[in-house]
Amino acid sequence: MTAADLIFYALAALTLVPALWVVGSPNIVHAGFNLLLTLLGVAGLFAWLGADFLAVAQLMVYIGGVLVLVLFTVMMTRVPQAREADSGAKRAILPGLFALGVLVVLLLVATGTHWGAPALTDAQPTTAEIGANFMTSYIFPFEYVSLVLLAALIGAAILIREPRGTEEDDEAGAAVETAEEEVQS
Amino acid sequence: MMDVGLSHFVVVSALLFCLGLFAVMKRRNAVGILMGVELILNSANLNFVAFSRYVQHTIDGQIMATFVIVLAAAEAAVALAIVLAMFRNFGNVNAATATSLKR
Repeated sequence: MTAADLIFYALAALTLVPALWVVGSPNIVHAGFNLLLTLLGVAGLFAWLGADFLAVAQLMVYIGGVLVLVLFTVMMTRVPQAREADSGAKRAILPGLFALGVLVVLLLVATGTHWGAPALTDAQPTTAEIGANFMTSYIFPFEYVSLVLLAALIGAAILIREPRGTEEDDEAGAAVETAEEEVQS
Repeated sequence: MMDVGLSHFVVVSALLFCLGLFAVMKRRNAVGILMGVELILNSANLNFVAFSRYVQHTIDGQIMATFVIVLAAAEAAVALAIVLAMFRNFGNVNAATATSLKR
């Protein structure tokens, strides 16, 4: 076993062991911090595969962006003393069996398939090639995904806004009700 | 143990996918469900990059993984906005209690 193999196994453990806590921890804050380790492990596996740009993008977008958002939301929405009923072992049986079945099928496929000879070449820097592809053959998806991102962020900002105008609506509704009462009397 | 190859990455990705699937089905906390979705997306990304390295010898898999990362970020922003709106309206983030679209 070479040093590269050892690094792979270490990174795989860094990915999968915290993922168990992401799934199983009854405390959602612990799950969030374990998600950090899992995402770090995936970034390491990207680097192991020679995908340098993706490894850094994973660090910046997932750990720097998505994870911070998740942790902020966890801390803003936690009801104190209300331990989530997530740890109920009984409710985990059916999902567990289903996930286990999917896992068995996937592992059979993964180990039983002949994937072909991996004629590996040395990993090259990928950033320039990815950028060139974005500007040539992937120009339409690239622009489209930026549009999707803009729409999603505007949508998120609208969703999260405090509902304004409810007071006026309430007052208007009350005024209508009193007017109706007056008419009836 | 044999040398690390494509099948190793597929196995790791399958494990990660099933853990995410389990989290999505088991968790009642909406943020926990979102964490499960992140695990699933990461497992798909791992497969994209691994196949791009071992089989195809082109960079298309990595570009697809970039798109997945971007869309996961957009999805997380919208989903967490929905979770916060849910918390404002229902007082908790339990996916089982959020059964109506308005107050």
